[in-house]
Amino acid sequence: MQNLKTEEATGMKNPTDGILIELTVSNHPGVMSHICGLFSRRAYNLEKILCFPKRNGTESKMWLLVHEESKLEQVLKQIEKLEDVQEIAYRRNSTGFFLQLEAMVEKY
Amino acid sequence: MEKMNGAELIIRMLEHRGITTIAGIPGGANLPLYNALRTSSTIKHILCRHEQGAGFIAQGMARSTGRPGVCFATSGPGATNIITAIADAYLDSVPLLCITGQVPKTLIGTDAFQEVDTYGMSIPITKHNFLIRSAAEIPQTINRAFAIATQGRPGPVLIDVPKDVQQEVLEFDSYDEPEPPPMPMPCATDKIRLAADMINSAARPILYLGGGVINSGAGDLALRLLEKSSLPTTMTLMGLGAISTRHPNALGMLGMHAARSTNMALEECDLLIAAGVRFDDRATGKISEFCPNADVIHMDIDPSEVHKLRRANVALIGDLACCLEDLLPFIKEQQRQQWRERINELQKMYPLTIPESLVPQKPYGLIRKVAALAGDEAIITTDVGKHQMWTAQVYPFCRPRQFLTSGGLGTMGFGLPAAIGAALANPDRLVICFSGDGSLQMNIQELATAVEQKLNVKIIVLNNNSLGLVHQQQGLFYDNNFFASDYTIDIDFATIARGFGMQSVDFRYSPLSGELLQDALSAPGPCLINVPIDKNEEVYPMVPPGAANRTMIGGYNAKLKN
Repeated sequence: MQNLKTEEATGMKNPTDGILIELTVSNHPGVMSHICGLFSRRAYNLEKILCFPKRNGTESKMWLLVHEESKLEQVLKQIEKLEDVQEIAYRRNSTGFFLQLEAMVEKY
Repeated sequence: MEKMNGAELIIRMLEHRGITTIAGIPGGANLPLYNALRTSSTIKHILCRHEQGAGFIAQGMARSTGRPGVCFATSGPGATNIITAIADAYLDSVPLLCITGQVPKTLIGTDAFQEVDTYGMSIPITKHNFLIRSAAEIPQTINRAFAIATQGRPGPVLIDVPKDVQQEVLEFDSYDEPEPPPMPMPCATDKIRLAADMINSAARPILYLGGGVINSGAGDLALRLLEKSSLPTTMTLMGLGAISTRHPNALGMLGMHAARSTNMALEECDLLIAAGVRFDDRATGKISEFCPNADVIHMDIDPSEVHKLRRANVALIGDLACCLEDLLPFIKEQQRQQWRERINELQKMYPLTIPESLVPQKPYGLIRKVAALAGDEAIITTDVGKHQMWTAQVYPFCRPRQFLTSGGLGTMGFGLPAAIGAALANPDRLVICFSGDGSLQMNIQELATAVEQKLNVKIIVLNNNSLGLVHQQQGLFYDNNFFASDYTIDIDFATIARGFGMQSVDFRYSPLSGELLQDALSAPGPCLINVPIDKNEEVYPMVPPGAANRTMIGGYNAKLKN
């Protein structure tokens, strides 16, 4: 929620802004560290993250929202190199995905 | 079906993979592994004096052979000590397998004795890492680890094994067969043609070879390319020896301490053919001003290296040997008379050495003298500092894996243990470590390991009693405000070596002569040779950190300050 408010307050970001990266990853306790560690080590901004287990918990699906248009190619290539990443795809103008989620969480 | 515990299974797996030497230090959390290693008939253990030494010994084996090196450390301080050597392997793409002991699973997270989060700490400095949670995971994990360490762009892999997993008994029937290496990816033909057209039509091309050429064993193919198309060829620090530095087209290293003529030629080139390089800042200087007039062809096995720092006009992604093999048939034979004359002119105008700098009492002369005595079969390691740059500048490297040096991480303390590892893996070769008094002190305890293993390692200490490159930078860029770069006591390294039981020669009181040097190099077993070097002997030319490569300071026939 904090993120949403910050965005509204600064008025800097268009809600349709941002790139949504969808990952399928092996599900074990270190995966989140590998993904987040990559972002901090390479100084990429990671705005939002959502993770769900799939297939009886052997895999997870992850959604990452990034605002890294200029570095996007590098971000994708570096994520793809991680051993635990099985699939990677991305979409532009997908902040709506997280906005809907946030609205839901707020109700909850 | 055979019953064994996890530790025994790990050792069996390593034997099965053909590992014959492991460097390491035992401790509480990896004692089951050591108990299993004790009975191995094919693996020799090298007991080191510090885990960082163990990591670099494994690196010395890996860098000199291309096969993965294996090292062991215990939990906590063992793991933290070995981290530097792993980070070093990561930055230089060296295949390494590090197996650390961890506190038992039941104690993980309790701040147990000698517990650190080895898995978490090693994420950013390994190609991949594992925390094994049950002995049943061992076969698959070890096989994956070898595959990851050696396939594609090589790198270090760490496996953290809790003590109770090492002790867990399991029934084991077969080694999971190692996965076959993936077929090398051929490059797209249209891109190959495009690259060939660019090379054929370029007026002033330069071939730029890095460590990737050595990793893919593509040195001979690179040589065929440069000879067919008459390409002047520069090599990165990691690429030195990819082709012989004595080849008439070889321009030596590029970048911060390149020959002035090499950086000037790069400034003038219209096509940069980059193979297995990553455009490191020490090589390129200010990246936005590197080779300002050149188109770029970039060949690399790691897609994330292409376009990372410099946009390539053509990217050839895949194994370099494949790329070069595909490229060669489309390359026209050319002489490039004009371009070669221009480069000869630059080299005559700005020589890297002059006769006065090549007397054996001066760094360049000493290094060339050692090279002449050691011959082409010798393996050369260095530490990090002035001695390293002087060696990179003038040692006549002639083959891949002859020169082992810490490039990316620039780790002082690399040279001695890497030399030990190289000597272990190449018992028939002489191994020479050029070191400095500062660097040697960072892993000096491994003198004991060299003596214990009776290795043919000669350590030549270029002793200026200071942190030479720091001293040089303070002189050039901090108004001669020398601080914390001079040692105020004069260490007697020859006596220290003898204290470890190592022979030594000290040129402090007797003038350096070829005969004494020859005697020291040809005596069997390890030997330390101390050579005093004037503190004011600097490494020139030098590009100031952050500046463009055209901004060189010093070198013969050039102004000291630009």
